[in-house]
Amino acid sequence: MTGRGPGTIIGFPHKRKLVTSIKLFLFFCLSDVSCNSVAQKIYVELNNTVPCVRLLNATHQIGCQSSISGDTGVIHVLESEADLEWPLSKGPNPPYMVLLESSLFTKSIMMKMKNASSRVAGVVVVPKTSPPEFSPHTTCPNENTGVYTETYDHNLAHCNTTVWNPRGNGLSYEEFDFPVFSLKEDNETEVIKQCYFDHNRVVNGSGLQYPLCAMQLFSHMHAVTDTATCMRRSSMDFSTSPVMVCDPLGGYNVCAFIRPYNSTAFGHKENESVVIAAARLDSKAFFLEDSTGAEGSVSGFVTLLAAAQALCEATQEAPRTRNILFAFFHGEVFDYIGSSRMVYDMKNNMFVIDLDNVHSILEIGQVKTCISINVWTYKCMDIRSNNNESVTNLVKNLQSSTAGLNFSFVETDFSQPLPPSSFQRFLRARAIPGIVLADHQTDFNNRYYESFYDNAAHLNLTYPSNLSPEEQLEFVTDTAKSLTEVATAVARTLFKQAGGNNSQVNKINADPKTVTQMLYGFLVRSNNSWFQVLGSSLRCVFCLSEPNPPQYYVGVAKSSHQANALTYLVQYLLANLTGTATNLTQSQCKKPDELPNESTYLYSYLWVQGMVPPNSTQRESFCVRTAVRLVKAVSPAFDLGDYVSKEYSTWTKSQWKFIKARIFLVASRDLEMLTLGVGVAVLFTSLLVTYFVSTKADVLFSSVREPNNAAY
Amino acid sequence: MTAAVFFGCAFIAFGPAFSLFIFTIAKDPLRVIILIAGAFFWLVSLLLSSLVWFIATKATNAQDLTLQKNLLIFGSIFSVILQEVFRFGYYRLLRKANEGLAAISEEDGPPLSVREMAYVAGLGFGIMSGAFSMINTLSDSLGPGTVGMFGDSQYYFITSALMTLALTMLHTFWGVVFFEGCERKRWWVIAVVLCVHLMVFSLSLLNPFYVGSILPVYAIMLLMAVWAFFSSGGSLHNITLLWTCRKSNAETSS
Repeated sequence: MTGRGPGTIIGFPHKRKLVTSIKLFLFFCLSDVSCNSVAQKIYVELNNTVPCVRLLNATHQIGCQSSISGDTGVIHVLESEADLEWPLSKGPNPPYMVLLESSLFTKSIMMKMKNASSRVAGVVVVPKTSPPEFSPHTTCPNENTGVYTETYDHNLAHCNTTVWNPRGNGLSYEEFDFPVFSLKEDNETEVIKQCYFDHNRVVNGSGLQYPLCAMQLFSHMHAVTDTATCMRRSSMDFSTSPVMVCDPLGGYNVCAFIRPYNSTAFGHKENESVVIAAARLDSKAFFLEDSTGAEGSVSGFVTLLAAAQALCEATQEAPRTRNILFAFFHGEVFDYIGSSRMVYDMKNNMFVIDLDNVHSILEIGQVKTCISINVWTYKCMDIRSNNNESVTNLVKNLQSSTAGLNFSFVETDFSQPLPPSSFQRFLRARAIPGIVLADHQTDFNNRYYESFYDNAAHLNLTYPSNLSPEEQLEFVTDTAKSLTEVATAVARTLFKQAGGNNSQVNKINADPKTVTQMLYGFLVRSNNSWFQVLGSSLRCVFCLSEPNPPQYYVGVAKSSHQANALTYLVQYLLANLTGTATNLTQSQCKKPDELPNESTYLYSYLWVQGMVPPNSTQRESFCVRTAVRLVKAVSPAFDLGDYVSKEYSTWTKSQWKFIKARIFLVASRDLEMLTLGVGVAVLFTSLLVTYFVSTKADVLFSSVREPNNAAY
Repeated sequence: MTAAVFFGCAFIAFGPAFSLFIFTIAKDPLRVIILIAGAFFWLVSLLLSSLVWFIATKATNAQDLTLQKNLLIFGSIFSVILQEVFRFGYYRLLRKANEGLAAISEEDGPPLSVREMAYVAGLGFGIMSGAFSMINTLSDSLGPGTVGMFGDSQYYFITSALMTLALTMLHTFWGVVFFEGCERKRWWVIAVVLCVHLMVFSLSLLNPFYVGSILPVYAIMLLMAVWAFFSSGGSLHNITLLWTCRKSNAETSS
């Protein structure tokens, strides 16, 4: 150490050691070793939550918003509507986080809380038993984008004649400035209720004792006002990677022609006449990710899938006069995204056929309650559009197709308008003859239209309790039987409509086993063996870790060509039910053009996982040649850049950074101020004492001074 | 809990150390260097002892909670012993450095007395120990929640801050006493310091029974303060001198 200056006692190697030791400390923390961090003593993170998010359209923003650093409130479990006084006016510790059970999740309670939003920090809904009826949708779904506008007919616009969803309370379309979350009924709800009972209950007479149980919800949404604002803000960023604030809703429609056309040749096809058989795929709920839509959409498209299978089995041989297009539209709940896109494509020669080629349309709407439990005959209604000789023919074909079946079609009164359906978008462009099949005569029979309770139980899918999941998959429920009959009738109608031979009509029958397997897979458990057989090994959408059904909400249109799980399920199902298995290998399946008889212009080739044969563990995968295609379904408003369009859907979903929820205890204000006071006192005292001692140090520490001491 | 608790606990835990730093250390660069080196020595001792503890926990069953608690106690005792060993090592280092400083300084003799170095080294140990005890807790005190969900006491933050304050001051006093003992070749002082350190550690195990842990620790701190005062050259005579000095100053000025 001699020969060097005093400053070199500490050199650089020590600094590197310091950094390494801190890194090691952090490494210990992040690895398995339970860190016992203080945060674990304070917070309980809630993982199974579904938030209410913000959606925007041309004029409004709907949904919920939290502040950017989360909203904290003292938990209050609401027991009845009268109990609402406590959080809204009487409670001494605002703001409150109100915990509701599903029976209390009504419009009146939510509106009261919305009006007192300074005292309400957020709402948490615990779904339990289904209320007798609940529909958060509006009373007149899609009222501005159907065919009944003011200009068309004032009497039929805005549901003046028939209110389709009279139970609708419009809760999904309200705007809340506090977060609303939904919990699944499980351990986390028990933890919250236990915390509430331990800390927040008012003991008779005495006030609440701190610390109190509180919850914090984070669901800050970036987009505000309306679609035009958020799209403008998204493109204003001048950096190389633009930041999007909101995303347009959209997905893919699933389309399949019986006799496919060259997929690169768009526009009018000479001498081609197509019958479109349509159904809707999507639905929604107040909490978007919890959408189920059993009666609303699943019943319809499952029937159409079964009809497609029945028809394709029968029509292998004879060509017919007309082609049939099976179209499954996505995004219909949000102002007809899928069907408006198809009509737009047809009008602008961006689809393989155009509107002149369309002969007629048959749409399947909500078809649950045709069924009664005993041997009564059913009445399935069909609703007329602009009448024409074609429509009369279509209805005649329909009526005759029910021969031998246990129900009949009944025409509704002529004065009734069409219910909300994709057919309305076609009518808006051109007066095409067509019908819509539904189980309601005037307004909807569906008590849970577009709500979380429209699930398997609502569709009466009941299985005997002693069955294993695989046996449940095969069990044919009554609902499946009745939907099979409807599918048979639809298939026969389509066959006759396409000019098929009358003598062969009665051989067309839908398969009840297929229908019940589809209903099971779409509404009870998606992770079943049949879906796995038909699925793709490449896209692991069927390797769903939870057995829950897929999400029915349309989701955002991703720029990568990824559709959501529901679209892939329907695509692969339709491909397997209507396509043909081939002998191609996997690499040939990816590039079939090299083979002489295959053409990717007409068909698409999908590699299907296949079954596991009894004596091995490898799946026997194979290549399916099918006419099923996915067609992009994004509202034309976004292509045209017209974000205030009244013609097309302008729905977008806001983006966010993170969404989470946690519970903890909060301390009283007094304790906090006491801590601060003590801290300030300690600091000042120590400053004074130290100053005093250091100035008098020569007096205090004077004995036995070393001779060469420097002055203090 | 909130910003109020954050600042309150930060002031409690680091207030005295901060004021000591400003008034006695910050002006002299040599003292700053010795402070930081002392902090570093404490850090290395913590690193080595935590390595031992880490290997012990990894080698055993992580699910057995009593075993893990015992391992923690064992690790902490080992850490206490290692801290005192490093304190002794720092003493030797500073003694050697002192000779070199004396050789090159402009004045006759070393620029810092051993007493001053003892005090600064002790404070360095104390500040680093306090930082490692408190920073993690402080950062979590900024959020909206307080401790108590799993049955812990809601006074967790205040008591942590008070313990940290006590520990910082204790390290300072131990430093003074320890170096003085080494200087005078009184080896029993080292043993006593080690025992007191172990006693403070075992009292902290009584948490959350705060009455049984904080009060005795503060009593020990006062005793150590008195001992350090006397061993660094103070005496009752000096205090009375101080008092009369002030009195006479007050008389002459008034």
